[in-house]
Amino acid sequence: MIRFSKYIWLYFLLSALILVPGIFSLVRFGLRPAVDFTGGTLIEIRKDDKISTLRLKHGEDQNIDLNGAEVLRSETVGPILGKELLRKAAVASVLAVVAILLYVALAFKNFKFGICAVVALAHDLLVVIGLFSLFGRFWGVEVDTLFVTAVLTTMSFSVHDTIVIFDRIREYRKRGERQTFSDISDRALTETMNRSLTNSMTIIFMLLALILLGGSTIRWFIVALLIGTVSGTYSSPFVATPLLILWERLEMKRRQV
Amino acid sequence: MFYLLIALMSFLIFVNLTPKLKTHLGLDLSGGIQVTLEADMKDIVSSDRSSALESAKEVIERRVNLFGVSEPVVVSARSEDHYRIIVELPGVSDVDRATSLIGQTAKLEFREFIIIQDATESALLIPTLGNTKSVDLNGGDLRRSRVDFSPETGEPVVAIEFTPEGTKKFADITTRLVGERLAIFLDDVPITWPTVQTPITEGSGVITGNFTRDQARTLSLHLNAGALPVPVSIVEKRTIGATLGKESVEKSIWAGGVGLILVAGFMIAQYGWLGVLADSALIMYGLISLALFRVIPITLTMPGIAGFILSIGMAVDSNILIFERYREEKRKGKPWHIAIEVAFGKAWDSIRDANFTTLITCLILFNPGSWQFLPTSGLVRGFAVTLFIGVLVSLFTGIVVTRTFIRVLYREKT
Repeated sequence: MIRFSKYIWLYFLLSALILVPGIFSLVRFGLRPAVDFTGGTLIEIRKDDKISTLRLKHGEDQNIDLNGAEVLRSETVGPILGKELLRKAAVASVLAVVAILLYVALAFKNFKFGICAVVALAHDLLVVIGLFSLFGRFWGVEVDTLFVTAVLTTMSFSVHDTIVIFDRIREYRKRGERQTFSDISDRALTETMNRSLTNSMTIIFMLLALILLGGSTIRWFIVALLIGTVSGTYSSPFVATPLLILWERLEMKRRQV
Repeated sequence: MFYLLIALMSFLIFVNLTPKLKTHLGLDLSGGIQVTLEADMKDIVSSDRSSALESAKEVIERRVNLFGVSEPVVVSARSEDHYRIIVELPGVSDVDRATSLIGQTAKLEFREFIIIQDATESALLIPTLGNTKSVDLNGGDLRRSRVDFSPETGEPVVAIEFTPEGTKKFADITTRLVGERLAIFLDDVPITWPTVQTPITEGSGVITGNFTRDQARTLSLHLNAGALPVPVSIVEKRTIGATLGKESVEKSIWAGGVGLILVAGFMIAQYGWLGVLADSALIMYGLISLALFRVIPITLTMPGIAGFILSIGMAVDSNILIFERYREEKRKGKPWHIAIEVAFGKAWDSIRDANFTTLITCLILFNPGSWQFLPTSGLVRGFAVTLFIGVLVSLFTGIVVTRTFIRVLYREKT
């Protein structure tokens, strides 16, 4: 058995190392919205095997001399649609989070489990969004509607992964063995670690193949999914579970006092 | 059970190979034009807005069909105060022609035939702009039309109702043209040319003509399009070149294939023969999902494929959970055939909870009730629906199929 619970602060430090710059960038620079959200026109053309992208704001002259280039795609979007999509996706996410919270709380007959799962989920969302804010700042990466889907995927995956570990903890607790909560979770983590790694590896293989071989239009979308997957895997044993342990310890102390 | 699965497998291969069923690809994959129009409803009383939108949609559908596109999609969507029509034209690349065609406001006009000497000839004549002339009565004079049923014959008829000014004009025209035909044109194309039977002075009449219910409905929608003309403006225009779509499909399939082989190899490396069986269950999973996408049918888009990939991950996960449990139980000293059954039982709890939360999320994102405050966008829903189907199928293949394969095919030295 590996004593995972000894290094809780280390995990938090590691998360903070990723989260703090991301959140800082998010607050300071925000995300770089694509035409989907700002409105305007985007034209991607190919000439002599070179792909270039033109961006036009609303009302700018739309007649561009293409000079024999092939138009790969062009998008003209009014600003309302993107905002509406964003707002509705946000409402749906909040509803989904509440539903997950309730389901987990019910399935595990304990609100703490639900809240810790949701905190881990928020952690993963912030990691993805924060990193994309940094990407946008330094490499000009834009977030579009596909990015919204990637964020939603991260949400599902994160909870999926957390529940597997919580399920173990629940099982060992039910047996009523005389162990501290830290011991129980250490055992659960040790035994699920192989599964977590194997499972993430399979998804990471899929995504890496898509990044390296897939089309250029979806590259950043897959990168977002990849970050979400890695963060989702990490957060289950190293954010959700430590939080649960800390919470339990706090309650124990209160009971003793 | 095992033979049943083999039979199912062959059936699925058959379904996936029949050329009759096509895999529906979204515009982002197949190439084409997507135009979103927003209807300006400020001149239309709120109770008439829904039928005005339906009429506008009907008219656009008509124009799109005239444009000669295979499998066009025209849907109306309401989002709070916004009334929209989304038009998808696969395989079309001439944006300007397409948008000028569908972006117009409908024009309804009544016309009478120019008198021709030979009366029998005129009775058979199809009205055109050339052999008819305007009677100065148009869509603005019409208040609304609706489908009704004749009290005598019970047949569907189209009832029309005029504005006060239209009533006066219509009374004059019908008095003058008793026994003659009065043609009605929509966007300069004739839609119906009934014979005036009696002068209609009270401002409402019916058009009869052995309509089926659908014909009457379409005619009424067309008339309403003129009566409640809705100016539409283009709020979004997307063109995906056919080459780009094709390239992304080809590359993604290629990449997905490589990814799957890596996953399959990894499973075998980790679990040996059990991995091979899990991979067979995975193939089954792929076949079932693809067959479902084709049969339902579900339009595959990029986000849809993402949902599908995620669900592959979850399908493999069920098996990994079971196999890890199996190893644990064996370590405790149980003989393998008992260990495997115990593993299935114990892993079920976590598989159920984990997949159930995903299903809940999918349902909320898919928004089956089409609630206004939840996503109505095709992209998000496309993602949710493939993930939903994927998770359901993976529950079946990851548990039932794998277990059957193991029971029948797997042996371990004791």
